[in-house]
Amino acid sequence: MIELSGVTKSFGPNQVLRGIDLRVESNSSMVIIGGSGTGKSVLLKCILGLVHPDKGQILLNDEDVTRAERDAFLARFGMLFQGAALFDSLHVWENVAFRLLRGAQKRPKAEAREIAIEKLRRVGLGPQVADLYPAELSGGMQKRVGLARAIAVDPEIIFFDEPTTGLDPIMAGVINDLIREIVTEMGATAMTITHDMTSVRAIADNVAMLHRGKIRWTGPVSELDTTPDPYVQQFIHGRAEGPIEALR
Amino acid sequence: MSAAAPIAALGRATLGMLAAVGRIALFAGAVVSHIFRPPFYPRELLTALIQIGWLSLPVVGLTAIFTGGALALQIYAGGARFSAEAVVPSIVAIGMTRELGPVLGGLMVAARVASSIAAEIGTMKVTEQIDALVTLSTNPLKYLAVPRVLAATLAVPILVAVGDSIGIAGGWLVGVNRLDFNSATYIKNTIDFLEVWDVGSGLVKGAAFGFIVALMGCYHGMNSGRGAQGVGRATKSAVVAASVLILAANYLLTEVFFTS
Repeated sequence: MIELSGVTKSFGPNQVLRGIDLRVESNSSMVIIGGSGTGKSVLLKCILGLVHPDKGQILLNDEDVTRAERDAFLARFGMLFQGAALFDSLHVWENVAFRLLRGAQKRPKAEAREIAIEKLRRVGLGPQVADLYPAELSGGMQKRVGLARAIAVDPEIIFFDEPTTGLDPIMAGVINDLIREIVTEMGATAMTITHDMTSVRAIADNVAMLHRGKIRWTGPVSELDTTPDPYVQQFIHGRAEGPIEALR
Repeated sequence: MSAAAPIAALGRATLGMLAAVGRIALFAGAVVSHIFRPPFYPRELLTALIQIGWLSLPVVGLTAIFTGGALALQIYAGGARFSAEAVVPSIVAIGMTRELGPVLGGLMVAARVASSIAAEIGTMKVTEQIDALVTLSTNPLKYLAVPRVLAATLAVPILVAVGDSIGIAGGWLVGVNRLDFNSATYIKNTIDFLEVWDVGSGLVKGAAFGFIVALMGCYHGMNSGRGAQGVGRATKSAVVAASVLILAANYLLTEVFFTS
């Protein structure tokens, strides 16, 4: 379980997170929605320790993440970045097997390659892709390789940062289905940030809406359409008129 | 605007510069300390050695041969004013090994390598590849900076040695073909007047310059701003800082090596 309480973060005068309180149950899929610049990515980066919060506490299974042993802590996570963030200088299979080729989870090269090819197959890519470089792949294929890398060591928690941004609707659907299947199959805890309401409905068990650096609403995805919260209603229906616009 | 405004601006600039020096010193300290601590990345080190050392050979070689030739012509012309044309071989050799080989080699490597390191790491930063490294339990400083800094520190002295040899050969070519020196005499004068420390000091300078070049490339790349403009600025800063620091370090090392 991931639990955040009173997490704040500012960059200079810009207060991005203004006291986040959020609980993500184990083996569930939480999707964070919210407008651009509301701090969704910063929130994920705070949990991972890529950004240090100014105040507040982040617990992972009741353990303070700032006190956890760094490598062991990160070994429990997988992350799919918005632009896939593949390493240009490495082959696709070396990207997928990055953790398996070095550090505490190091395996023999042949075994690491075999696992990488199996993970590529899991995301719908054939072994012929393994020896290509990321620049030789389309955006959708890069996202799938990023997904294969995120699940390469079967992490307990997977973060997805805008997994369908920049993809055509069909490829976005493929990625959504893959994420849902993988999360269910692996029994992982997932946290996804997205603007894409189709993704929300496909991926989420629970949804939290972030607005002006605070959690505005949270609840099961089944209640998303029926909640009377005007912010949520404006956001999910993409209305130009409403409280969010008025506050901008 | 108050009368104190220019002084305040000067104070801010000075404090900013001191803060930058402090950040670079801490970065350098962190890189050096990580050189000796596992995990080690031999494959990244080998790749960096090829990129920085092997692939810089043509540019360093071409710079050296033209510089050696021009130096021979200049010393001959200058020496003729007081009938000292015979010093051409020894001055070319000493000039190349002590000064021009390491400094020009260092500057050429700065132009080629500091820029490419800063651009590569800067692009990795803006495309979240550095964040991805962290999430994959890999220290970016250790994985990206340490192999490059170590490779440059090892490779640049070798480049300097090659550059020295090619520069001296350039002087010999011009001396023999344009200035009518006897080939055997030219070579003998080169060898007789050259001391081990002439070469050794140049190699030590080369190691220092290699360290500076890669350190500046890595530091500015890792602190790159956002977008293409941020990466461009980081690249420019890396080359300028590396070049200026090479010239400053050259003066300091020359003071230490040759004025006692």
